[in-house]
Amino acid sequence: MTAAGALTKATPLSRRTARWLDARLGAASFVRKALDKVFPDHWSFLLGELALWSFVILIATGVYLTFFFDASVEEIVYQGSYVPLQGVEMSRAYASALDLSFDVRAGLVMRQVHHWAANVYLATTVVHLMRIFFTGAFRRPRELNWLLGVGMLILSIVNGFVGYSLLDDQLSGTGLRIAYNIAISIPVGGTWLASLFFGGEFPGPDLIERLYVIHILLLPAVIIALLGAHLALVARQRHTQFSGPGRTERNVVGERVWPTFAAKGTAAFFLTAAMLCALGGLAQINPIWLYGPFRPAEVSAASQPDWYMGWLDGALRLWPSWEIRAFGFELPTPFYPSVLLPGVTFALLALWPFLEARITKDRREHHLLDRPRDRPLRTALGVATLAFYTVLFFGGASDVLAVTFQTSVNALFRAFRTALLVLPPVAGFVAYRLCRELARRDRPGATDEAPAVAPAAPEDGASHRRAIEPEDEPERDPASTAGVPRG
Amino acid sequence: MGSRARHLRLVPVVAAASVALAALLGARAGAVEEEHDPLGYVVDRAALDDPATVAEGAELFRIGCVSCHGPGGVGSPRGPAITDAGAASAHFYLTSGRMPHAGAPDEQARRKPPAYTHEEIEDLVAYVASLGEGPEIPDVHLEEGDLQEGGDLFRGNCAACHSATGAGGALSYGQHAPSLDVATPVQIYEAMIIGPGQMPVFSPEAFSEEELNSIVRYVETLQGLGDPGGFSLGRIGPIPEGFVALVIGTGGMMLTVFLIGRRRHGEAEPPSEPVRPADASTGAGR
Repeated sequence: MTAAGALTKATPLSRRTARWLDARLGAASFVRKALDKVFPDHWSFLLGELALWSFVILIATGVYLTFFFDASVEEIVYQGSYVPLQGVEMSRAYASALDLSFDVRAGLVMRQVHHWAANVYLATTVVHLMRIFFTGAFRRPRELNWLLGVGMLILSIVNGFVGYSLLDDQLSGTGLRIAYNIAISIPVGGTWLASLFFGGEFPGPDLIERLYVIHILLLPAVIIALLGAHLALVARQRHTQFSGPGRTERNVVGERVWPTFAAKGTAAFFLTAAMLCALGGLAQINPIWLYGPFRPAEVSAASQPDWYMGWLDGALRLWPSWEIRAFGFELPTPFYPSVLLPGVTFALLALWPFLEARITKDRREHHLLDRPRDRPLRTALGVATLAFYTVLFFGGASDVLAVTFQTSVNALFRAFRTALLVLPPVAGFVAYRLCRELARRDRPGATDEAPAVAPAAPEDGASHRRAIEPEDEPERDPASTAGVPRG
Repeated sequence: MGSRARHLRLVPVVAAASVALAALLGARAGAVEEEHDPLGYVVDRAALDDPATVAEGAELFRIGCVSCHGPGGVGSPRGPAITDAGAASAHFYLTSGRMPHAGAPDEQARRKPPAYTHEEIEDLVAYVASLGEGPEIPDVHLEEGDLQEGGDLFRGNCAACHSATGAGGALSYGQHAPSLDVATPVQIYEAMIIGPGQMPVFSPEAFSEEELNSIVRYVETLQGLGDPGGFSLGRIGPIPEGFVALVIGTGGMMLTVFLIGRRRHGEAEPPSEPVRPADASTGAGR
């Protein structure tokens, strides 16, 4: 240690602690580098962070729940404080979930925050994915990180469903019953797979215990590992940025992690925590005491999965009842919408960076992002895909929509089936035209709406994007700028 | 514009939004029950055998019901025969406002405020009961029912259509199982013994009076049960929950990061961000 690093009595405790740690870990240079790292500063880059913080809240509340939840299917007689179920036979798992809701201090609010956090975590993940897709952030060299993200998305959906299925109330049992039937619809190996996983015929005696281990240990561990690699890769490869003055493929313009970006990240955390706690405290979610203990022979109207499974439920409802028998094997109806569709969906999603590179023959490295309007085909394709899954999503709510809007479920099915075929191409076409139009207005010489090109320079001064992209021109007409990101 | 004035301008918007939110999330119209008639009989059952009441009912029937149900309740192409409907049916349909029917004959009758006064309902019920052999208005004894047994029976026999929370649900081809939110104990009991519309009859061979009372008691308890978790979101499961998670939760968080983050891409480092004339003139600049 040099003389400058000598510790005296006057050195503050914080610095002495840092020195002590550095002497043993040699972490100072790493931390300094990390704190000095520059992070580009567009609001949409914080979306992934919202997902990250939701995941943190999910784990924190989940740990609290594990102290009280008892994943056992042993039948007991409920004696807790929820009167309408007193004396009713139920599994220990459901009883302990009731205890969490009525007899454990802060149990209900923790359960609710946990459940809201799961819904919001997956929603922010999907929004983050959309941002990555529409700006082309998945292109070389970030294909690996795209794969990690898709992997996390799939595992998170599975883990969300497993958590929803743990409580052994009527709703979760109904979901598991559907999952079991989907499993046995897989030709050849389906029945073996189902009985292996469920431990026999539905509902197997070991199921809840297995789901518990999967929900609190196996999948979270894998997701955390993927998440670590995801973040490490962002740091290693540096974050993408939108083009602008001084921004090139070789630099990063933005805020240093310390203090500006760290402050924003902290704000995002508190924002997430506040929103999830507000929802958990104010809005009731999954009132399992109303649903009652799971009985395989019973089912309730309006049994739906959580939103991130809604498109699968919708696909199952809207799919025509086709059955194919060939060579002694059968392809039953649930196979197509529940096995084939998600399989194709996630395969295409995972492979997209490679497919796009193959189509565009663009295999260069990209650190500058696309604006969605500058890639009209990709944007149109993304919008059409979203339209398709949105229709499926609403299809999953068909019975509730029918009652709410006093119409016929059968009419809704016909409408959704039609929309499934019609809406994606229409939405894609509209998106394509909008992109072309917006991109055209950005260009100089787009004279029909912006005749006065010449005075542009003095008004916009040095901060204009044109410094980098000469073909770019801002909108001249204030009325036409709605929806265009600006100051 | 001063920030105070701008805030004031938001007041009606916020107020309207809160009202809409409250209507959406919390409002479950409670049954306005009169103190002396908690079970919802409305009529004086002792008066139903009174010939004068029956005569008054016959008069009302000729004015309001005969066009569909036919003279003497023998039915017509537009409405079923109700000669053996009994007092229970007439009472159920009239007190829940389902009759007179508002829509087309093949449409499912919906609950609405009763069209007749209590006395008129009494007269009509007496007349319909006099037409033939039908079930009487039942004696409901909530205290004879067992709450936990009622819950088990409800989840096993009613929840498939009315949902475990009693919020109602869809049936095929535009039919629906109505919400039980505002059904009175007598109406719930009557529905089980007469089986209105698509609903099956809970016959005496299958369900004892004690079991029917148990079910009524459970539904009654469901109606009065608060929502310990906050706004009920209509008690219709994950659909409104997903809506809140996506629109309010995720939407609210996205709006906030939109406000704290930099929005314009391609700007140089900001300290001296020039205000563009377009922004200045519309007041949209920051």
